[in-house]
Formats: sequence, C-alpha cells, structure tokens
Amino acid sequence: MSPSGVPGVVETVEAHGETTLVVDPARIVEAATHLRDAEGFNVLVDVSAVDYLGWGTTKVAGYIGTPAGRDMHAPGSQGLERVPDAKAKRFAVVYHLLRVSDAPERVRVEARIDDGEEIASVVPVWPAADWFEREAFDLMGIVFRGHPNLVRILMPEDWEGHPLRKDYPIGGEPVRFSGEA
Amino acid sequence: MAVVPSERIYEGTRIPARCPTVLDIDPAEHELDDILTVNFGPNHPSTHGVLRLIVQLDGEHVAGIEAVIGYLHTGFEKTMEHKTYWKGITYPERIDYLSFQANELVFVLAIEKLLGLETPEKAVWMRMCLAELNRIHSHLVWLGTSALEIGAISMFWYAFRERDMVLDLFEMVTGVRMHTRYFQVGGLAEDIPEGFYAEARDLARHMPRAVNDYEALLDRNKIWLERTKGIGLLSAADALALGQSGPMLRGSGVDWDLRKAMPYLAYDEVDFDVPVYPNGDVYDRYKVHMDEMRASARIVAQCVTRLEELRGAPWIADDRKVVLPPREELHTSMESLIHHFKIVTEGYRVPEGQVYVAIESARGECGCFLVSDGGPKPWRVKFRAPSFAALQATATCVRGTAIADLIAVAASLDPVMGDVDR
Repeated sequence: MSPSGVPGVVETVEAHGETTLVVDPARIVEAATHLRDAEGFNVLVDVSAVDYLGWGTTKVAGYIGTPAGRDMHAPGSQGLERVPDAKAKRFAVVYHLLRVSDAPERVRVEARIDDGEEIASVVPVWPAADWFEREAFDLMGIVFRGHPNLVRILMPEDWEGHPLRKDYPIGGEPVRFSGEA
Repeated sequence: MAVVPSERIYEGTRIPARCPTVLDIDPAEHELDDILTVNFGPNHPSTHGVLRLIVQLDGEHVAGIEAVIGYLHTGFEKTMEHKTYWKGITYPERIDYLSFQANELVFVLAIEKLLGLETPEKAVWMRMCLAELNRIHSHLVWLGTSALEIGAISMFWYAFRERDMVLDLFEMVTGVRMHTRYFQVGGLAEDIPEGFYAEARDLARHMPRAVNDYEALLDRNKIWLERTKGIGLLSAADALALGQSGPMLRGSGVDWDLRKAMPYLAYDEVDFDVPVYPNGDVYDRYKVHMDEMRASARIVAQCVTRLEELRGAPWIADDRKVVLPPREELHTSMESLIHHFKIVTEGYRVPEGQVYVAIESARGECGCFLVSDGGPKPWRVKFRAPSFAALQATATCVRGTAIADLIAVAASLDPVMGDVDR
C-alpha cells in the first residue's frame, strides 16, 4: 500500500508493525473511498474513539524491551520518568481496515478532532460503520455528520453525558439518601 | 460536506438502503394498515440473552425489523481504564462469556505486543490448545441452544455432554470451569497438570465421533433441513460490506480465517482445514460450526503432542519487571518480594503506544485496540466484538422471511449479548 496516494493524509506512523494513516477529518470520506476502491480494503473492522483529555499531565515510566536488551536509562524507563507527547486535539476517531483477499493487510486510519467538531460518516462507504459510529457517538459524544440513524445504542435513550469521556464523573449517577434535605 | 447515503450500496444487495441495520417497511409491497408491530424480547428464551427486536409483521412475514441492544451494557471498557493491566485480565473474559479464553488471549497478546515481550514456546502452544478447546465449548453451546429453539430438544443434552468434558479439562488446568484467567502477560499462570495430556487427547479423539452423532441426528432430519435451508440469506458481498467475520463469512462462501490468513501464536505450524460453504443460509452456518469442531479437535491433538515434548520447559517468561516471581522465592528473596509487591499493588508499566491485535475467536474476529500512555493502567481499551458486527446483519438476513424463521436466523448469527453490549 502506498500511503502517499491516499487523499488527505497528514502523517504516516509505523509502530509495532502496524501502519497508521493520520487523515485530515474534513477529507475522511474521500480517503475512505480511495482505500476501499483503489487499495482494496473491503472490510471496516472497527471504529473506535479515544479521548485524550488529560493526556500528558502525569509523568510515566515503563520497562521497554526484553530483560536482555532492556536499557534502564532510556527515557521513560526505570527511574527516568517522562511526560507523554502532548496531543493537538482532544479526540481521535480510529478506523481499523482490513483487506480480505489473498494479500491480506491491515491499516489504521486516525482522524483527530476537537470537542464540538463533527466528522463525516463513512456509512456510505462501508455499511458496517452504522453501529460502530453509533457506539462512538453514544459513549464518546463524537457526532458523525450524515449518519442515517445517529441515536444512542448502548446507553438508555434519555441518558445524559457520554460515559467513556475522561471528564465523565465516576460513580456517575447522583444518589439521594433518606434524611437528606 | 453533507453525505447522502446512496440509494443502492451496490448491485444485487439485500442490505437496506436508508440505514444498513434497519429494515423499513416498503409501502409498495405491504399494506400499511395491515402491519402489526410486535416487540420481541429483551426477555425471551430464544434471544440468547437480552436482545430486543422490534418486528413489523405483515401476516406471518417480516416487513420491517430493528434490533435494539444495550440491555447488558456494563461498561467493561470504562472499568478497565481504572484497573491495572494485571487486574484487568479478568474483565475481557466476562465480555464474551462463551469464548472467554479468546477474549483473555487477545487482551494479553495486545499487552505483550506493546511491551515487546516474548512468550516461551510452551505457553504459546498451551494458549492455542485452550483457545481451540474453548472454540469447541462455544460451538457446542451454540449448537445446543439453537437446535433447541427450532424444536430439536435432544440436541441440547448431547451438546452439553461434551461441553461438560471440555469444562472438566478447564477445571483441571485452571481450577475454574469458566472465566479461567489462566493466561498471564508473559505466559501462563501455572504449569500444566500432568493428567491434562491424556484427558485432552481423549477428548480430541472423542470429539469427531461426537460431531458425527450430532450430524446423524440433524442432517437427515426433514424438519431441521426445512427450517434451516435457504433461510437467512447473506451473500458474500453483503457479508463483507457489513463487516462480518468468522462462521458468518465462511458460511457465505468467503474463504477467510485469521488463523490461516494472518497466523498468530503457532497456527502456521499446525495442520487444519478451514470449512467454507457457499449458500449463506442458516444450514451452511451450521455446517461451518460442525466442521470447525472437527478442525479444532485436530489442532488440540497436535498441540498435546507438542506440549508433551515440552514437559519441564518454562511456561512463563523470565522477566521480573512484568511477571510475578515464583511463589517459593518470596520466602527467601527480598528482591522477589519487592517485585511481587510492586506488580500486584502498582502494576507494571506498559510503554506509550497503540496496538490492535485480532484473533479468530469462536464468533469471528475478536480484536483488542489498546492505547497506553506509559502508565500502569490502559488509557483506552476497545474490544472489537464479533457478535456486535454479526447482529448488524439481522435486517439483511431476515428480509422476506416468516416470523417463525426469525428465531432460526437470529440464532444462526451466534450473538452473545455480553459481547455485543460489553
């Protein structure tokens, strides 16, 4: 696959043997159509949304690599905490695509948007996006423009808020105890 | 730029045009005054959990349908963001409660991928062995319940007889019959008990005979054939467009199995067949399930042979920053005690990054999308549930069927509501 030919690609990331195409959210349908028709990614496996609110506010450290090759002095390793790189936008809408053919391949398409911004629905490209986008709307509050039926799917219809957002209060529902005014 | 859904998705499709998962009543075909709306579920014995279908009937025929889900939503993904990775392993098992080890496996594999951790050979083969036993378990529950729903009551007892044998094996290895939490990051929680090899080999030998028994009961049963053949049609192109996977795809004539196409664990080292049936009806999905049980039994036998050669080999990686130290060391080694304490209380830290790992579970592509910020808890976990995708095909499959066939069609999609609603 040639990431350069995909319309709207702003960045290509290779990590852990996986390819991520960061796509301009305004051109997501264009990119999706190209990936389906020209690159043969015929199956939309998953759509998920990630909330990066609060990302990089705490220092983190991990142990990278196997014991034999582990560098304890690498940034982010033992005793040397680092702050994760800041994210420009709050949300990432992540599409996982799969090519079901004799030359199978996966690619991840990521579109970064802020709170209040909308993104076009890819239901016309892959009908499978229907429920996945509804789930991302329900749990993360991402609005998919042009979705034929964008209503809550997992939470009750009258639910307030989007539970997977990082600022959603844990222990959520207010409880009134007897004896309280 | 407003997106207007196209009228037809492509030629010959049965996917409803306005909304792919909702079948609207076609006023040209049905008299709107004759339509009766029936609420099917969420509490109904044949919905495999709490699935609600709003069915619009014209006489006995389904004119419109909409599936309503979410009754079993328990917020696993949110909960897991607040648990360390080590504690989080117990959660994915409860998502798809029939193929629990597949979910457990995919989560563990995702963590290992981010950590860059190698697992010993014995753990790889044992994981594969249990994953296949779990597939047999899941298919047996599917077979028993879906046959029961269309009147083949005795199938339930036959299927649950063998299911109990599989659960006995799980109990022997892990101490629990379901939700085993046997896979650790780096390998297995404990070594394989000595009695396992012989028992697993017996089951692998017994299973093909048992599948022959099931087929003898069903394959020449006129009622079974009439209730399954030519019903719940899904073409190969529709199946791909609706993101189907697993038996749904293979029953529609698409030769696709992640174990063959994109091998993980050691699936490229074992010999097995992938069943593919072309008609895309309930009967073909049933045949796929039956053949897969035979294939799984073959894989189990090969795994046991290999595991017997690996007797005495390590079952978990020797990496003290991630893996719990051996129990006996805790009494003698200060370092081990500290590591144990740190891993259990704080958890290990997983390097920053995002990965997507997918395996072929009993229902299809079971995926885990894991985002880590480098801390001891996942930033975001998303499970790609095969049942969730399968239920999206409800409207397409039941198009033009009778209400009585709705039960057979819904069962053939093999939805586990825990997996759908997470």
